Amino acid sequence: MLRLEPRPQASRLMTWLSPLLATVLTLVAGGVLFAVLGRDPVEGLRLFLVAPLKDLYGLSELLLKATPLMLCATGLAIGFRANIWNIGAEGQFMLGAVGATGVALWAGESESALVLPGMLLGGALAGAAWAAIPAWLKTRFNANEILVSLMLVYVAQLLVSWLVFGPWKDPQGFNFPQTVMFADAALLPVLVDGTRLHLGLLFALAALVAAYVFMYRSHAGFRMRVAGEAPDAARYAGFSASRTIWTGLLCGGAAAGVAGMAEVAGPMGQLTDKLGLGYGFAAIIVAFVGRLHPLGIFLASLLMALLYIGGEQVQQYMNLPNSIALVFQGLLLFFLLGADVFIRYRLRFGSEAASA
Amino acid sequence: MTTSSPPPTARLALHGIRKVYPGVVANDGIDLSVSPGEIHAVLGENGAGKSTLMKIIYGVTRPSAGEIHWEGQPVTVRDPAHARELGIGMVFQHFSLFETLTVAENVALALPGRPDLRELSRRIEEVSARYGLPVDPRRTVHALSVGERQRVEIVRCLLQQPRLLIMDEPTSVLTPQAVEKLFETLRRLAAEGCSILYISHKLDEIRALCHSATVLRGGRVSGHCRPAEETPASMARMMIGKDLPHCEHSPAQGDGEVRLRLAGLSRASDDPYGVDLRDLHLEVRAGEIVGIAGVSGNGQQELLRAISGEERLAEKHPVQICGTEAGRLSAGARRRLGLCFVPEERLGRGAVPALPLVDNGLLTAARSQGLVRAGFLARGKARAFAERCIAAFDVRGGGADTAAQSLSGGNLQKFIMGREILQAPKLLVAAQPTWGVDVGAAAFIRQAIIDLRNRGCAVLVISEELDELFEICDRIAVIAQGRLSPPRDIGEASMEEIGLWMSGLWPGAETTAPAAAEAAHA
Repeated sequence: MLRLEPRPQASRLMTWLSPLLATVLTLVAGGVLFAVLGRDPVEGLRLFLVAPLKDLYGLSELLLKATPLMLCATGLAIGFRANIWNIGAEGQFMLGAVGATGVALWAGESESALVLPGMLLGGALAGAAWAAIPAWLKTRFNANEILVSLMLVYVAQLLVSWLVFGPWKDPQGFNFPQTVMFADAALLPVLVDGTRLHLGLLFALAALVAAYVFMYRSHAGFRMRVAGEAPDAARYAGFSASRTIWTGLLCGGAAAGVAGMAEVAGPMGQLTDKLGLGYGFAAIIVAFVGRLHPLGIFLASLLMALLYIGGEQVQQYMNLPNSIALVFQGLLLFFLLGADVFIRYRLRFGSEAASA
Repeated sequence: MTTSSPPPTARLALHGIRKVYPGVVANDGIDLSVSPGEIHAVLGENGAGKSTLMKIIYGVTRPSAGEIHWEGQPVTVRDPAHARELGIGMVFQHFSLFETLTVAENVALALPGRPDLRELSRRIEEVSARYGLPVDPRRTVHALSVGERQRVEIVRCLLQQPRLLIMDEPTSVLTPQAVEKLFETLRRLAAEGCSILYISHKLDEIRALCHSATVLRGGRVSGHCRPAEETPASMARMMIGKDLPHCEHSPAQGDGEVRLRLAGLSRASDDPYGVDLRDLHLEVRAGEIVGIAGVSGNGQQELLRAISGEERLAEKHPVQICGTEAGRLSAGARRRLGLCFVPEERLGRGAVPALPLVDNGLLTAARSQGLVRAGFLARGKARAFAERCIAAFDVRGGGADTAAQSLSGGNLQKFIMGREILQAPKLLVAAQPTWGVDVGAAAFIRQAIIDLRNRGCAVLVISEELDELFEICDRIAVIAQGRLSPPRDIGEASMEEIGLWMSGLWPGAETTAPAAAEAAHA
């Protein structure tokens, strides 16, 4: 007989082994999925996992995709560690794009070196402002931040649509829902010639380092950690609960806003209504697969980016729907949650009395 | 008398019971036998293995090795339902009653099938009259006092006509007078042939009640005795393996400045089943220890939160700390005035379970000990502070990097005490400072509190252990139904008087209906 037995202490090893286990299981399940769909599983997994990495361009695309995931997940992790469940990074990402676009459109053809910093600030502030709504409602009325932040995603989507169909529509754009292309001064410089990889990657890496310092070295980060681990202890020690809520949501909003800015000032070069690619939602998975730790988030965002690109590859070469990437994301989260059981429990064979 | 084979008539006999949990042997080679009509004490410190043994008998968990004989037959107790079928009843330390249901409904839930409530109410009244356990089957549980709730639990067991009744630390929630009533009931039950296993660490109670005792230490049987023939000291030696330590207590320093003043503290509880604080007045001066006695659930939690700042008040003046009106200040701001506080719950409130002791030192000492510089943690200083707490308070079972949850309750309490006391507070508030702590550590903690007082700190101790309060306090007050009695000098107070006050009856007390009812039943 197989049974689960509580471990005397949570296993540190399993904490980090569990994402690896989940990744392996996702691949196995993915192979089965390919087989069921009548495709060669080995070829499918090769296209998914190996083909995107075969040259410099492939690698640069991977890092490009990973950039917004890294930024969003880093901001979210700060809140998640304090039990602040911001589910609306997708909306904050869009608002960041809107804020940055506003600055870019206002600057117009200006060649000032201040345009990009202005866009960065605009994006971060707009994202943070969007996250401030659930923060204010939670501290003032104890409204559930999960619901509020999630619902604001759809409001953000409609706001973007209204802007690109209305006031910000490119007059010469043949009625397409998009703004004018940004001027050169409003575009992030490319890091490697011949690729689309841009400065935003450095923003993401800087955010990871800053988050690490904040989480493990600052008193504010310590207080948030206590709030997440043991809310009663935080109250006992006199840590302000509302400050924790504000910090958690504003960090998440600002980071997602920067990601949105990097998207419109990077590969897109304009704002369109096809902005939402689900980075904000995928970042939730990235944050947990990465164990809410900056290094883990770095690795997990690369994995998630690979799933995005792999999805495009199999769509192109195997004639499968693009939603296969979403299926892989779902499988990964599913297996991660399952594998996480073994952090606190272990498998034992035989009955309770016999094994003891 | 050691492990001689029990007489064949034993109602319950255990042979070589062993229970291993991951990482710990909770019971090892335990033999025990109880005859019909015998009140048998199981005595031991926290962590000696008493609760595990009772869980094995009641079928909550199964032994790793050993045999259980019930009335001569070997049995495997599958689960509590099976235990009840055999005729074993158990009254737990923590009650399992639904607050929104009536007494009769609560009892019905524990019985097999769907009993008729009217018939059941009649039986409840019958049993409660017969054993002197007054309880009204129609009342809802949330309106009952703690003592009454315990009666409901006992009546619920008795309705199944058990032949063995297990009582787990039953007196921890009772006033001294209510304890006497309970003992009468238990003696009557035993006289009718029911066997009783009585679990406790209170030596004088065991001497007053029990016919025989099995003493556990570290998961093993360390001795059997007849309590009536022993002294508390001789039983303590069996329990802890050495003599009972005592505290040095010199008279209070005299008139220090007032460090804590409660000036008409009133607060309605946020919890519908909580206790409202009503017009509390108290002064605690530098160089004295003031104790607040009371049966649990009479407003202690609410009072502690109002003093610590975990619950803020609407007004400033009812709580004054070191001369500052602090009613609206946060817990952090009150600490900055010189308050340190040891809460009743260690894991999850006094300490963060998953974090190491270094971080748990940072929890409250960051500001007072300068462990934060420009917003960043000074890790080296934090480690030095945690190590000082560990060394000065003899915290065993780990170093500064050990997670709080892997320490035993007593050692964690010593660490928390150390953390708060080493900050050299002007005012220390401690709740249940030795609750669940072994006898040796408890004496150490009491001595540390007395030493702190001798250095000029004002100390407020809220405890349910009357013995402890009489041992360390200079003055003592009683909390009952959210009201606070006037304090009394310890030299002029007697246990009997304080026990009576614990039912809400002190001179000048506004006697309300529940207070009078409680006193009548107590």
